[in-house]
Amino acid sequence: MPRYLLLKHYRGAPAAGNDVPMDQWAPEEVDAHMTFMDDFAKHLEENGEYVDGQALAPEGAWVRSEGPGKPPVTDGPFAETKDLIAGWFVIDVDGWDRAVELAGELSLAPGKDGKPIHEWLEVRPFYGSPTATGD
Amino acid sequence: MDAFDEATLRPLVPAVIGVLVRRGADFAAAEDAVQEALVEAWRTFGGGDDGPGGDGGDDGAGATAGPRDLKGWLVTVAWRRFLDAVRSESARQRREVVVDGRPGPGPTEDADDTLHVFFLCAHPALTPASAVALTLRAVAGLTTRQVAEAYLVPEATMAQRISRAKRTVSGESFDRPGDLATVRRVLYLVFNEGYSGDVDLAAEAIRLTRQLVELAGPHGEDPETDGLLALMLLHHARRPARTRADGTLVPLAEQDRGLWDTTLVEEGVTVLQSALSRQRRGEYQLQAAIAALHADAPTTAETDWVQVVQWYDELLALTGSPVVRLNRAVAVGEADGPRAGLAALAEVDPDVPRHRAASAYLHERAGDLATAARLYAEAAGLATNVPERTHLTRQAARLNQASAAD
Repeated sequence: MPRYLLLKHYRGAPAAGNDVPMDQWAPEEVDAHMTFMDDFAKHLEENGEYVDGQALAPEGAWVRSEGPGKPPVTDGPFAETKDLIAGWFVIDVDGWDRAVELAGELSLAPGKDGKPIHEWLEVRPFYGSPTATGD
Repeated sequence: MDAFDEATLRPLVPAVIGVLVRRGADFAAAEDAVQEALVEAWRTFGGGDDGPGGDGGDDGAGATAGPRDLKGWLVTVAWRRFLDAVRSESARQRREVVVDGRPGPGPTEDADDTLHVFFLCAHPALTPASAVALTLRAVAGLTTRQVAEAYLVPEATMAQRISRAKRTVSGESFDRPGDLATVRRVLYLVFNEGYSGDVDLAAEAIRLTRQLVELAGPHGEDPETDGLLALMLLHHARRPARTRADGTLVPLAEQDRGLWDTTLVEEGVTVLQSALSRQRRGEYQLQAAIAALHADAPTTAETDWVQVVQWYDELLALTGSPVVRLNRAVAVGEADGPRAGLAALAEVDPDVPRHRAASAYLHERAGDLATAARLYAEAAGLATNVPERTHLTRQAARLNQASAAD
């Protein structure tokens, strides 16, 4: 079965429908969101569709070599403008439609006032998977 | 039958490796041979359901009774495996000459050899990550798969890391004394990794440290190793209270102290007192002394914070560590009030991990909720794991909600 990467962004994706930073939520809303994420991973496992899921810290840097004998340069730990990946799921599913369906579910994670975030998720097929984009 | 299980086998591993190395095996080959002997012991006497070929039956049925001298048995089998491996190598003759030229079987000093295996695994030429992996395999007797699971990396990756480490220390002689402080640091790293998979690394670190304490001598010639053991026991005692069922963190002040393991606390305190009485204080003894004061208090408020600060002063004088300075500032906040705590915190490098979280906590206690909320949110962004981030985000959310309600 083809594999897909579901990417969750801190920054760089189009604005979510219910776009409020998490520290502005009620504590119970934070809990509800975390529970939703855990349940989502558990359901994927039960379905046999789960491969991997990881969260990434918001810190990070762009790194580039300046050539042999010189240390690589970085843009510093707190670049302001770049796209930031918050985490990912790798799923192994029947095809593109199912991948989109699951990303849609994930997008409905609850946020402020218990309403779904309507977050934009990026879905990317892995090379080497058959019929990756649903043809 | 409980007499023969992993817990019986594992403590023998470093001693058996030590015997083989004394007889002339190089470290890497000895380590491989002992792993094979363990598997064979398990197959012959053990539950027999540990491997793919196991019948899954209970321990008694079909299993041969264990040998009277289990260590002797392991030495014999491992040595045979080692010789088989040597013979099958292409450079067989040269190697056999080497083996023949070394001292043959005979009485060995077990304790000394085991300690040398500890030293070898904590060799300064190894990176801390490699030293930890090698210790888990060669001293703790864990399989490569178990070590890999504990570190959440593929087995092949861990196998490479371990064989690189073995190559690094392969030429090292067994006669040079190692550095006990490095061994302690490696065990402390193992302890701090916590656990995952089917191996509890914290429990494993405690077992190995107990072993190290025994090796150091019956009358505690080495108070700092005792201090490390005490520190691990006191921290381990709190573990049942430290996380909720859903994996979120419970801060010290909110922990249900009824869940603390009082037997471990008592043992930790006893070990610590005897270590401190020898008047050779080190970092681990001082940390354990602080942990003991926490373990001793019925509530956070009733903790003897003044004494905690005094221990931190001593620890800071000894280590000069910025992390200690940060923790001391939090303790000052409890002993002398949040303003004093913030003043102490002002002297700590802001890049020290958890600086913002500590600052947020002290600001909240000082009544500056808006600043505290902002700092908690910043701290969440810098958190190194998801439970910690969730905890800090929740703190920010709680304070933001409180100030919105005003």
